[in-house]
This record gives sequence, C-alpha cells and structure tokens, in this order.
Amino acid sequence: MAEFFTTAIIVSTVASTFRFATSYLYAAIGETFGQRSGVLNLGVDGIMLLGAFGAYYTVLKSGNLWLALAVAAAIGMLMGLAMAYASVTLQAEQGISGIGFYLFGLGLSDLLFQKLVGTPLPIDGFPNLRIPLLADIPIVGEMLFDHSIIVYGAFLLVPVAAFVLNRTTVGLNIRAVGENPEAADTLGVSVAKVRYFTVILGSTLAGIGGAALATELGIFQQNLTAGQGFIAVALVYFGAWRPLGVMFGALLYGFVAAVVLQLKTLGVIPLGASDLAAMLPALITILALVVAVQRERQPAALTKPYERGE
Amino acid sequence: MRRWAGAVFPVAAVVAALLVGGVTLALLGADPLEGFRAMIEGAFGSGRALADTTSKAVPLLLVGVGITIAFRANVINIGGEGQIILGALFATIFALAVPDLPAGLMIPALLIAGFVGGAIWGAIPGALKAYFNVNEILSTIMLNIVAVQLMNYLLRGPLIDPAEIEAGTRIPQTMRLAPSGDLPVLLEGTRLNLGAVIAVLFAIAAYVFLWRTTAGFRIRAVGLNPHASRYAGIKVKRSIVAALTLSGALCGLAGVILVFGSESHRFVTDGSSTGFTGNAGFNGIVAALFGGLHPIGTIPASFLFGALLVGANKLQRVVQVPAALVVALNGLVVVFVVSSAIWKRRLEQRYLLEDSAKELVDQPAEVDDG
Amino acid sequence: MKQLRNWTPAVLLVVFALVAAACGGGSGDTTTTAGEPAAEPFRIAVVAPSASNDLAFTQSMVDALNMIQSEMGGASAVEVAVTDGTFVVEDAAAAIKDYASQGYDLVIAHGSQYGGSLQEIAPQFPDVSFAWGTAGDTFGLPNVFAYEAASHEGGYVMGVMAAALSQSHVVGIVGPIEVGDAKLYVDGFKAGVLAQDPTADVKVNYTGSFSDVALAATAAESEIAAGADVLTGTAQMVVGAVGVAKEKGVLWFGTQADQTQLAPDIVVASQVYHWEVVLRQMIDLIKGGTLGGNAYVIDLANGGEVISYNPGFDLPAEVKQLGEDTIAGIKDGSIAVPRS
Repeated sequence: MAEFFTTAIIVSTVASTFRFATSYLYAAIGETFGQRSGVLNLGVDGIMLLGAFGAYYTVLKSGNLWLALAVAAAIGMLMGLAMAYASVTLQAEQGISGIGFYLFGLGLSDLLFQKLVGTPLPIDGFPNLRIPLLADIPIVGEMLFDHSIIVYGAFLLVPVAAFVLNRTTVGLNIRAVGENPEAADTLGVSVAKVRYFTVILGSTLAGIGGAALATELGIFQQNLTAGQGFIAVALVYFGAWRPLGVMFGALLYGFVAAVVLQLKTLGVIPLGASDLAAMLPALITILALVVAVQRERQPAALTKPYERGE
Repeated sequence: MRRWAGAVFPVAAVVAALLVGGVTLALLGADPLEGFRAMIEGAFGSGRALADTTSKAVPLLLVGVGITIAFRANVINIGGEGQIILGALFATIFALAVPDLPAGLMIPALLIAGFVGGAIWGAIPGALKAYFNVNEILSTIMLNIVAVQLMNYLLRGPLIDPAEIEAGTRIPQTMRLAPSGDLPVLLEGTRLNLGAVIAVLFAIAAYVFLWRTTAGFRIRAVGLNPHASRYAGIKVKRSIVAALTLSGALCGLAGVILVFGSESHRFVTDGSSTGFTGNAGFNGIVAALFGGLHPIGTIPASFLFGALLVGANKLQRVVQVPAALVVALNGLVVVFVVSSAIWKRRLEQRYLLEDSAKELVDQPAEVDDG
Repeated sequence: MKQLRNWTPAVLLVVFALVAAACGGGSGDTTTTAGEPAAEPFRIAVVAPSASNDLAFTQSMVDALNMIQSEMGGASAVEVAVTDGTFVVEDAAAAIKDYASQGYDLVIAHGSQYGGSLQEIAPQFPDVSFAWGTAGDTFGLPNVFAYEAASHEGGYVMGVMAAALSQSHVVGIVGPIEVGDAKLYVDGFKAGVLAQDPTADVKVNYTGSFSDVALAATAAESEIAAGADVLTGTAQMVVGAVGVAKEKGVLWFGTQADQTQLAPDIVVASQVYHWEVVLRQMIDLIKGGTLGGNAYVIDLANGGEVISYNPGFDLPAEVKQLGEDTIAGIKDGSIAVPRS
C-alpha cells in the first residue's frame, strides 16, 4: 500500500484523472444547457462518436487539429439541429429519440471509419502545453498544468458555462424555459428558439468532447467512447444541473477510475477482483449522491415538450 | 378503422428510414433492392425466419411491457440492460444450484428467480429516487455498468464451466445448464420456444394490472399527476418504487428467456452487455413506444421491430456491407418512428375534437327527448 | 382530418410497391448467378465479433481468408463472406445457421463465445463443415474443427525480449478481462519476462473491458507511473495503450496482428497470427470429404505464429538473438512454456 503514495504515482493518477475526465466533461456541460432548458438528450454518446470520427479523419487527412475541432463541432451542430427538430418541433419523446441518435451515431461512425479509413492509423493530438511558472510548481504543476490545450479548454468551460447560465440574459431565458415555459412564453421568450439554441450548443460540445477523446487517444475505433456519453448524461444529474457540480462529478468518476486502475497495476487489487473493482466508479458516484442527499429538484419542464396554447 | 389509422405513421416512418438505408446501400455499391428483398426474406421468408423474428421479439416485448409500466408512472427506465443481466444471473445461479429439479418445477422456479433478480435491480433505482432523490437516469446508467462487471466476474469466476478451467481455455461461460430448464421448443427445428407464450401472457397480465387493479390505477394516477395523486392519498413514492420494480422484474424475465431459450443453453459473456442482450434493454423502449405505450400494442410492435432487426442482419449477410450499417439503420428507424408520433397524436386529437363536436350536435336532441 | 385519412391508402400503396419491387428485383438476380462457369467456388463464411479491421482478433482471420483466396485463385475459386461486428451471441448463432443453410462449404465461428451455440447448431447441418475458435474442443462432432493460438508461446518470446530491453526492470501488461486467449497471452508474456529476469516486476492490469480504449490508455499511464518502460497488451482496446506508450516513449510489444503501424518508433515486435496455416489443412480435408473432428493449434513450430519485428526499430542484435534462441528453444521443445 505504501507504494501507492510515491509522488510519481500520485501525480500520474491525478493527471490521468483530468485527462480521462476531459471528453465527458465537455459533453456533460453541453447536456447541462439542454436539460436546463427542459430537453433531455440521451443521444450524447452517438454525437460524441461522430464528432470523434470527424476529428480523427480530419487530422488524418489534413494534419490540422484546429480544423479537426471545427469539423467535430460542425458535426455536433448538425446532429444538434436534428435532435432539436425531433424533440422541440416534432415533440418526440426525448428519452427514446436520444436512444435512436445514439444507435445512429454508433453505427454511422463505425461505417464511415471502415469505409473511409479501413485500418486504425495513429494521429498526433494536441501537444502538451506547459503553463509557464504554474507548471514549475512542484507536484501540483505537473498534475494540473502540463496538459494539452483541449484538457484546459474543458475545465475553462466550466466557469464560462456557470457565468452564462447564472449571470446573463441568455442564461435567465434558458432557466425560465426549463422551469416554466408558459410563463417564459408570456414574457416574450421564444421557448422553441431557446431550446434549439441549447440543444445545438450541447451537441456541439458533445462533438468537441468526441474530438477531445480521439485526439487525446490519437486513434479512432468502433465504439471509441465506450459509453462515455451516457456517463456524461448521468453526471448532469449528479451535478444537479450546475456546471461546477457537473465538473465535480466528472472528476470524481474519473478519479475513482484512475485510482482503481493504479491499484490494479500495483497489485493492491488482486487480479481476481479486477471486474469487481471496475464497478467502483459507478458505485461510488451513486453512493456520493446518497450520502450527500441533495435537495435540488430537476428543471420542472425537463423532458416535457412545449406547445403554445391556442 | 380509426383505431388503426394511427398505425400508418410509424409504418411510414420505418419505410422512410429504410429508404434512407437504401440510398446508403447504393452509395456503398450494393443493390438496395436485393438488400430489401433479403430483409423481408430474412424476417418472414420461412418458418425458421419467422421463428427467429419471434425469438428476437420476445425480450423486446418483455422489456417493452416493463417500460410501459414505468412510463405510466412517469419514470424512464433505461436500466433494462442491467436488469436483464441480473434476471439471467439469478436464474442461472438457481439452475446451477438445484440442477435436479424436474422441468415442471424448474421452469417456473427459473422464471421466479429471474423475476426477482430483475425486480431487485429495478427496485434499487426506484428506492434511490423515492427516498434519496437520486435521479433514476443516473442510477440506472451506473447500475448497468455495475451489472456488466458483475456478470463478467461471475462468469469467469464462480460460475465458470469447470471444463473451461480444466482445458485452460477459460471461456467465460457456464456449463450447459440443466436440460430440465430448457424452454420447450414450440416449432420443431427452430428456436421458437415457450418464451414467446410467456411473454405474451405477461403482456396481457400487465394490461390487466394497469387497468383493472387498484395498484395499477395508482401507478397511472401518479404518472398523470403526482400532486393530485398525493392529495388523493396515494403514496406517490411507493408507487414509483413499485413501477420501477415491476419494470425491472419483466426485464429480468427477458434475461431468463435469453439464457434458457438460447441455442447454447449456457450463459456466456463477451465482456459487454450488448453481447448478451443484443441491446434489448434499449430497443425494448422503442418497441414500447411503437406499441403506443400499451402492453397489448407492444405485442405486434415487438414482432415488427424484431423482424426489422433480424431482417437487417440478413441484409448484411446477403449484400455484404459492414454490420455497422445495421446499427445505424436501427437508430434511424427509432428517430423516425419517435418523431412521427406527433402526427399520430394530432390525428387522435382531431378524432377527439370530431367526437366532441358530434356529441355537441347530438346533445340538444337528447335534451329534447328528455 | 380528411387529408390525413387519405394518407392511409397512399402509404400502404408505397409499402406494397416497395415490397413488390424488392421481391421482383431479387428474383431476377438469382437466375444470373446460375449461369456461372462450371467450376464451383469453395465457399467460406466467417462470423466474427469485432470489426474486420480491428488490428487484432478479427482482422487476423479476415487477413488469413484473403490470403487463402488469393493463393487458391481469387474470387472465382474461393468465395468469402464476412459478417463482422457480431458481438451479440444470439445474432451470431442466427448468422452461422443462415450461412450453413445456404450451403457454404466452411462456416467459421470466430469467437470462443460462439462455441456453445455451435455445439447445438452443427448437428443440424451434417453436410456443412464448421470451424470455431479460439478453442480446443470439437465437441466430438464429425463436422466441427477447432482452432486456437498458442499465444503464450509468442508472448513468452516477447516477454524474454522485453525483460532484456527494460532498464527499470518493470514491465507492464494491459489486458481486457482475465479470460481465454487474452489470459493465455498475458500469462505467457509474464512467464517470459520472469524467465529472463527473475527480479523483474511485472504489472498486470485487466481493465474490465474489451472495447474501452480510454480505460486502456489510463491503465498504461498507471503502469508507466509505476516505473514500467516496456509495455504490451492484448485485445482491440489496446490501441489506447499504444498511444500512451508512444507519447511517453516507452516500448511496445503487440499481438494478434502486426501493430507496427500504430507507433513505428516504439513497437519492437508483434506476434502475428497466420490462421491460413490451419485453414489450408481444413480446406484440404473438406475437399477430401472429412468435415471436421480435428483441433488445430497455431504455434511457433508450425508457422501459424510468427514474431514480426518492426524493421524501423533499432533492436540490439543480442536481444534479437535472444528472441530467436527462445523461438528455437520453444520449437525444439527445450523450452516449455507453462500454460496456466
């Protein structure tokens, strides 16, 4: 057990946590916007997969990482538009249409990969960007300030999202539409417009989350996300629809996963228990909520389509 | 006639999705017509095709009926995958522990074991939601992950076929389970088994439960209006737990049938939930919606959805496109069907308006009579 | 409302038109295939769990079939049908039955999880030959072949080289779940490392998933943090671990397919499966009328397993010699690789 507490290992575990959490943090923050306005998007995983493939393919063909991010974002946007059309305009049952988008993305990304690429070729992701001065702080510097720009981006997104949701008119409208669409409508806020905006924004971020995954791993493969999009959705509930809470959830899940893997490596967790240990990130996430007993209530209009009364 | 007019929309949506699939096939250099012909043949073309379709539909039906119950209480159960696994595990453990039971006792006992296993995995998110305010979407997603690892642990560890250890091949599967637990085959030479009858019976039972019993009424009342229900003295929390428990229990039954109605009569894992369930925990939700969130409607809906899945697999084999296309097509069908529901609703609303208009016209006459 | 109801016949018409067109279009096709040249091609179908380009388990079989096809005279002599990505066991069973009923000469169930189903299906098609792997059991059926890879042998060889290359005396292994071929390889590699360097520290990490690439990457990071400077891993999710190895500049040994292309600078060697070695024997037997009954193993001795060195990696001559000596030793039996 003492072996676990060497500096190198602690630093690596924490650094892994941030890296691991990056992709689903983007998606979870995006999903937060959608849910705050009353739309549940269960299709995040599929959108992440399409974004991941788009980014991977772009890097493979052009070598341009920024273009890759733009492509992933555009794919996310497009999927968001479709999702918004289904759930806002056509008022489709959100939990179910999301599953459709998930399966669609899962299949299509794999199909495109097989047809356009064929065999997994590696790509180079964003290089690590050591933040001057901060990265030189012993221990903490290496944990927090020696990552690629896409990792920083995810964590910088959190305060930005919190600011937008809590301190701006846009945020006020989003929350109003999610809590009481009738009232918002009466006040002249277009429920449909706000929801289109949040769903498209959320899916764009999911696409970028996928790009983060593909570029950080430097590869694409069938079902690359392995369910990260679903974890992202769960984390929105964990964080009680607040970006900071969502980030805390993402870090908790990622930290438990990284610690479990480190303990397996060190032999603290015996081989025979490796599957049981793999349950821990999921179990601890639930337990944390049970212990915390949160009082937050979900946005009142979540999953409820809005139709203007005539 | 009117009742069935609404069914046009989901069918049209499926056709539209398939048309998109056809264009994709053409883009992939395959002949779409050959593909669709294969699809129809694969789903309906022979006794075995029909049996395969029915076998595929059975877990969808059970999950779909479970989803319907949860849905009526206004909870989305996306924990079907985990609940199917737990039901299968409970029944498998029972069959391994008591292998000598005669079939007449074994099969009911297995169904009960699976029912209980699924019920537990449904009750947990129910209780977490009711008493700890843990959202059921979060808990079911997490419990699905837990269930997969539990399955992998048990199948490669305590439940593994001893012959696998002896041979050193260590395939994570049980031994062939007791033949008394085999679900009897209904049609010689096919996979069609008692599971189909069981599923239909449970669909009918769910209908009776929801519309003919007080507990069922409570669940529906809670779903329609929790506040009013509370005022009416219904224990809302208890109803939510009950709905998720029952929903999980039906998924658990699906797990039993997937193991004991399988070709191999073993429980085997490839390490993922999909490998065992074939995504039934998700596709069952779609079947439920397809069936109008009504247990009886879910029967034909599951059959058609099963046909779609079986047919699409056949299409893949005949025109030799990557299997990924089948998954994408599955998703597209779901999106199209769920999106088309709005026209169905509008149609029903118009009928309703029409009816009330008629009543308005008829009423003065009645008044006159009086 | 009137308009909506008028939709009904229109939609039904479209449906029927489609069905009719589909059926009509198809029947035309069947007649054209009947007029092919006299020599019937040998027809092989394979059902496999992951994608056929996974650089791992499924690809090893698809590559072998392509090789068989080209050496036997191309598509006119050998027809190969592939159903990949079939991780749903139930769907695989349906596919196996379907291919068998279409009269394929050899139906390959390329996944050990399919065996239980095959055991029930094969007797229903006594004229069709089946092969399944990786496994060693033909169930005593006359029309079933079994095949497996002695992946512990190649693992052992590479483990020996890994120990010789490691400066830190710490070697890391990333595995999926402790089962089947994966466990065999992992145990063989570990045994090889310890045979060369009994003081070495071998870190084994089973992530719990065959598909979670990010988890495999994190597992590799944890092993590097624990001091590992040579890594290996098995199953399709290891591409994530290779990426980490590349980034951190530690060495990598691959298995199942040649993984050099994933990281040309750090991949030392890969154990490559050549299933064609046993496929050829099966096909010869089938042509001679024997449809099954044999269990095959590809190993270093029969050339079904080959250690493929990365030509771009500057492997010290003495380490390569060590590897070659180990291969020779395993072939002639002087080195016995334990199978756990």
